[in-house]
Amino acid sequence: MSQQTLRQKLEILADAAKYDASCASSGTSKKNSLGGKGIGSTEGMGICHAYAPDGRCISLLKVLLTNHCIFDCHYCINRKSSNVRRARFTPQEVADLTINFYKRNYIEGLFLSSGIIKSSNHTMELLVEAARILREEYDFRGYIHLKTIPEADPGLIHQAGLYADRVSINVELPTTSGLSRLAPDKDAVQIEGALAKTKSRIIEAKDERKRFKHAPRFAPAGQSTQMIVGADDASDADIVGKASNLYGNFGLRRVYYSAFSPIPDASAVLPLKRPPLMREHRLYQSDWLMRFYGYAPGEVAQATDTHGNLPLDIDPKLAWALKFRGQFPVDVNRAAKEQLLRVPGLGTTAVGRILAARRHRTLRLDDVAKLTQSIAKVRPFLVALDWRPSTLTDRADLRALLAPKQEQLELF
Amino acid sequence: MVAMQNVSLGVHHVVHMPQPDDFAFWREHARTLIQCDVPPDRVSWVEPGGTGDLFAHGGNAHGEKRLPVPDKDAPPVRVSKRFMRLAKNAILHSDTSRFAQLYLLLWKLQSNPRMMEDKADPDVRKVEEWDKSVRRDSHKMHAFVRFREVESDEGKHYVAWFEPDHHIVRANAGFFKRRFANMKWSILTPRGCIHWDGEVMRESGPAQRSDAPSDDPTEDLWKSYYASTFNPARLKVGAMMSEMPKKYWKNMPEAELIPDLIASAQAREAGMVSAGEREERLRPQNLAEVSDAISACRDCPIAECGPRAVMGEGAIGSPLMIIGEQPGDQEDLSGKPFVGPAGQLLDECLEAAKIDRSAAYVTNAVKHFKYVLRGKRRIHQSPTAKETDTCRWWLEAERAIVQPRIILALGASAARGLLGKTVSISQARGAPIPLEDGSELWVTAHPAYLLRLEGEARKEQGALFAHDLSAVRARMSALTMQSSYHSQIA
Ligand code: SF4
Repeated sequence: MSQQTLRQKLEILADAAKYDASCASSGTSKKNSLGGKGIGSTEGMGICHAYAPDGRCISLLKVLLTNHCIFDCHYCINRKSSNVRRARFTPQEVADLTINFYKRNYIEGLFLSSGIIKSSNHTMELLVEAARILREEYDFRGYIHLKTIPEADPGLIHQAGLYADRVSINVELPTTSGLSRLAPDKDAVQIEGALAKTKSRIIEAKDERKRFKHAPRFAPAGQSTQMIVGADDASDADIVGKASNLYGNFGLRRVYYSAFSPIPDASAVLPLKRPPLMREHRLYQSDWLMRFYGYAPGEVAQATDTHGNLPLDIDPKLAWALKFRGQFPVDVNRAAKEQLLRVPGLGTTAVGRILAARRHRTLRLDDVAKLTQSIAKVRPFLVALDWRPSTLTDRADLRALLAPKQEQLELF
Repeated sequence: MVAMQNVSLGVHHVVHMPQPDDFAFWREHARTLIQCDVPPDRVSWVEPGGTGDLFAHGGNAHGEKRLPVPDKDAPPVRVSKRFMRLAKNAILHSDTSRFAQLYLLLWKLQSNPRMMEDKADPDVRKVEEWDKSVRRDSHKMHAFVRFREVESDEGKHYVAWFEPDHHIVRANAGFFKRRFANMKWSILTPRGCIHWDGEVMRESGPAQRSDAPSDDPTEDLWKSYYASTFNPARLKVGAMMSEMPKKYWKNMPEAELIPDLIASAQAREAGMVSAGEREERLRPQNLAEVSDAISACRDCPIAECGPRAVMGEGAIGSPLMIIGEQPGDQEDLSGKPFVGPAGQLLDECLEAAKIDRSAAYVTNAVKHFKYVLRGKRRIHQSPTAKETDTCRWWLEAERAIVQPRIILALGASAARGLLGKTVSISQARGAPIPLEDGSELWVTAHPAYLLRLEGEARKEQGALFAHDLSAVRARMSALTMQSSYHSQIA
């Protein structure tokens, strides 16, 4: 085989990593390169340095160290039995590429993952080595996200957490049966065990830093995971339930959803259709409802249909409100924050604005209109000084009135 | 407009801003004016060289008064933290009325100190919106500045050309300094430039695009990355455009790829789907359809070996399904499964275990014969995992039609055809593996494997094979009894 160029390797290994949805570079401890030898800073908010035509933020150099893999997961383009072109970076190449991109302000840092080569430990060692070169040799102070391998030695995972801002382990599929069918080499118990161990390490490291200022940081941006949506037959209710367990049990910062995309050279057991993007979007919305709007997982499940799936034509908050119309309308001038947060169309910012503004005046519908994105959407659920939605919440066709018009994917 | 009215009133103050982003200067003058009780409609604020400077020609026009001096005991001016934060940022906006608008707000705040909390107030909102667009502009600057490397005598220098909407360059120097502390860099913009040499920050006047370098070899790598990380199956152009509006594209090297990436996305996605082409093709609903379909199937390279596909044999509803690896030479010639030497051995063993082959459905995991020609002989080749997985589609179709309660997989390929993963025969044999539809899978060796063994090994393996078959036989009887028991109760 002829020698691949760096560019060819990058093409293969970036292509292979693109199905991973997590790209965030936020929420880590602050650092900068003043007084150091190298470059890099993290200042809380992540930065999206570009957007691809798939609408996704490009924040990190997201690549695999290699796409060779001894595992055979059906949903994965890198599975052993797939015919994709294979390539392999050295840890040094990854570190150099990261620095060169960073210097030109293309990226916030590195998100490194890998197929399993030889053994889990061997692979993990290489991932850690790339991070080590960046941190120790280049004094790189930007963001590093390492995917850890559940089967790898705990000592290696610990080392990864010391270099990385964030570590993650993918649970891959929302149900154990889905995992054993589509990822026969992976083991749900082992994955969750690794998540639990990482959680306790993060907590320990935080405690230590409270006592000793110079105790090392361990994954200051926490851990995250990813689930693939649409490759097996798990319902949205299953997925939401699983996600809330994961948040609860493992202190995850984020659960990412990745709509299963038809992959080149797909395994015959998988659906080959457009990725369920809208479904992925609805799941993210339900994730927000749980994280920022005070909905319990059970309440999100209440918004699903008889098959346990969220409606695709309207958002889950509206779906919930339409099912529980008795809770509306709420009075903008009197209702508690929690009640206002349940009004479809009112976001956390708008609720904050309403709460602040109503200390100064009794709000009319016009005032509310100035504080919200779309008064037409929220009006049916609100009472204001000069407004009461007479019978609107009782109308059977409310859903039709509020559901956004079907939108075509735009051509360019 | 405000200024015009003021002129007619005859008493007027003009403040000439030395810099468009000089908050400290504005603050000092605004404080003095408030202390002297000068209402907003008696002041105009003039940007350096900017428009709205009614008095630019002619110097002091009539009616313009120098700044007054406040009484010594004038009360201090107070504002909320929030106002300070907003004003500092909003003053960077390019709207020429910003100084006056901020002064108006400051004036009103003196009589209504909590006004900033009233988000419905139009004056507050205006400043909030400026603050928001300035923050966005700064954020985009952090994100979209692209440095290009230049070799100079003093080493490498990184130079960027950027076009901000507002007067944000100086305010963001700190961000780039903290990030690229040990790098020499310059950011050139039409609103002024900043330069960092590793120790000192320098400023210079407006620049032009042609002052910046025109390329950098690393850009090719970056463009490759950009193109490769894009997933054509999830085109969402609107989302991209709202976060990365077109006006920024001209200064981002990767953006030149966008039109092509979008144009080819649908074709690439369609390509991926049709490469598998399973969705369009409905699973056959009866055995005749399966038979026709496998004869026409060219999904995997084995089909190159020869046109004949060998269909399974047996009745729908057979309680047992026996699955081999793939047809061999004789099967290929006769079109029937398990008729060659391995088939004969299988028949003997089945008979010994008292399993009636004619009551079973017998088929293969892979439907075509895979071989290499050696002289005139066709030498059997094992199918790859990938080929087995591809052919699984047909096996699943047969299984869905026949609906056996027990499946006996002969060899690793057969087991893979059902499980989608490779199991070890020695570990999997001897106990049933439950399948999703409630049926169960038993795994054992392939008779062809026994044929290759000799002596002790043959005996040993033969015994294991016989043992596996009788376990299946026992299981079948148990199941039959169970079901007849159930039908008696029912
Ligand atoms: S072996 Fe199977 S998948 Fe391959 S061409 Fe034949 S029928 Fe199709």
